[in-house]
Amino acid sequence: MVEIKNLVKKYGSKYALDDISFTINSGEIVGFLGPNGAGKTTTMNIVTGYLASTSGTVVIDGKDILDDPIEAKKLIGYLPEQPPLYVDMTVWEYLGFVFDLKSCDLNKEKHLEEICMITKIFGVKNRLIRNLSKGYKQRVGIAQALIGNPPIIIFDEPTVGLDPKQIIEVRNLIRNLGKTHTVILSTHILSEVQSVCNRIIVINSGKIVADEKTENLTKAISENSRYRVKISGPQREVASALRNVPGVVMVESLNERDADAFVYIVEGAPNIDIRKKLFRVLASRDWPILGLEAVGADLEDIFIKLTDKTGKKGE
Amino acid sequence: MLAVFKREMRSYFTTATGYIFLAVSLALLGAMFGVTTFLQATSEAGTYFLFMLAILVIILPILTMKTFSEERRTKTDQLLLTAPVPVTKMVLGKYLAAFAMFMIVVLLSMLNYIPLSAYAVEDAYGSTSSPNFVMILGSTFAIILVGMCFIAIGMFISSLTENQFAAIVITLGVLAALLCISIFNSFISSSAVRAILDWFSVYSRFYNFTYGLFDFGALIYYISVAGVFVFLTIRVFIARRFR
Repeated sequence: MVEIKNLVKKYGSKYALDDISFTINSGEIVGFLGPNGAGKTTTMNIVTGYLASTSGTVVIDGKDILDDPIEAKKLIGYLPEQPPLYVDMTVWEYLGFVFDLKSCDLNKEKHLEEICMITKIFGVKNRLIRNLSKGYKQRVGIAQALIGNPPIIIFDEPTVGLDPKQIIEVRNLIRNLGKTHTVILSTHILSEVQSVCNRIIVINSGKIVADEKTENLTKAISENSRYRVKISGPQREVASALRNVPGVVMVESLNERDADAFVYIVEGAPNIDIRKKLFRVLASRDWPILGLEAVGADLEDIFIKLTDKTGKKGE
Repeated sequence: MLAVFKREMRSYFTTATGYIFLAVSLALLGAMFGVTTFLQATSEAGTYFLFMLAILVIILPILTMKTFSEERRTKTDQLLLTAPVPVTKMVLGKYLAAFAMFMIVVLLSMLNYIPLSAYAVEDAYGSTSSPNFVMILGSTFAIILVGMCFIAIGMFISSLTENQFAAIVITLGVLAALLCISIFNSFISSSAVRAILDWFSVYSRFYNFTYGLFDFGALIYYISVAGVFVFLTIRVFIARRFR
């Protein structure tokens, strides 16, 4: 669907993007993750044809964005970082304008109504965009991207500046869109990609540092198996007993307490399942396990590890 | 292109710009027409058209200042430039909208000519002269041509900056300079310099029309200048993508 090859973008002598390549298949929801200034927006702007790359190609469903921009752009709906709204228009007028601008071959009234329903802005359709709340403005921005039913939708930081309730709504909306569209989403919020995307591309200083399925990436990084265990028994003794279990590399006592039970984080060596051993050791001492759950590394960890690695490589 | 044109026209009338433009233009033109014809007790309108040139320098920057600078400031240019529309059509849509606003003013100001016909004036030798409408319409046509150029220049300047205020000031300066070149050209002694400056002169080409002569060369000149600046505006957008 979207093929990006050896994309380089230089601003003056500085590389904003340094040889980026990836392919996005139809139906994927891809999270484009990176800290501010990593090159996310630049990539989005190049893919949508707003900027031209210094070198490299972007091909949308067989159409090159530079050689055949009109056909390629027809396939993309884009919500830039700042929604491109004409605040002196009402929502309905604005969407009508975008419809005409994209010269869509659809029943205008019906199509716009549909889109207002999907994005839940039907109730404000006659209000001036200037007077809408930030959450609504964002949704009008999303509606604008959906006009003409493009198969690919690109969102640049769609939840920035929204309140928590709005963030959840926008994420649900994106997840639903993902069922029928190919979605590319850029963000610097790790939980966002985790909750919405099925594939993650991590970018840092203009380079791709990881490109994995969401769960694979989580797995790949948490080389060690970590568990959160709640054990009834004297804290110090339990902790030292846990340390002596073969395969355990780290034990951390948490300050959480439930009657005579304490909570520990126990980490096993890579590829060793320490759960059975834990059970036997604790059973032999008559310290019952009240709870045991796996702790996957969250993306924060992943991110720090990945960016650190590349940072060191660069030095 | 029609979508952009319609939106522009709408925006002129939902913001103050369109009304300010119409009000200022018609007030200035009306006053100037009265002063140069009725108050002089003449139906000879040549002076009026020379003043009208100067008025264009003041009013057209109002029209063109926000064509593109506003879009850049509010980032709505991202919508236009990522939509499946060629840049050329987008620029032409905007250009034609500004031109249409200008035409509204020209057409409304033509109402001024009507009382002129009832104003046939007896001259010192006792013969009456009726207004020369060929000359008046010829001059109006020339004004429209000059307006075409000025709008293209103003739009080009607006595409270079995000700041509306800068756009209006620079446009005003450039248009005024173009007019001044024409006026002060005759004071320059070097004929070579004069010939070069004359090429930029809006005024000298305007002159034939005020006599009611149809100057085909001037027509081509004005259309070319307008065309060049529309083209340059398009290039600004294409070049910006590569920066």
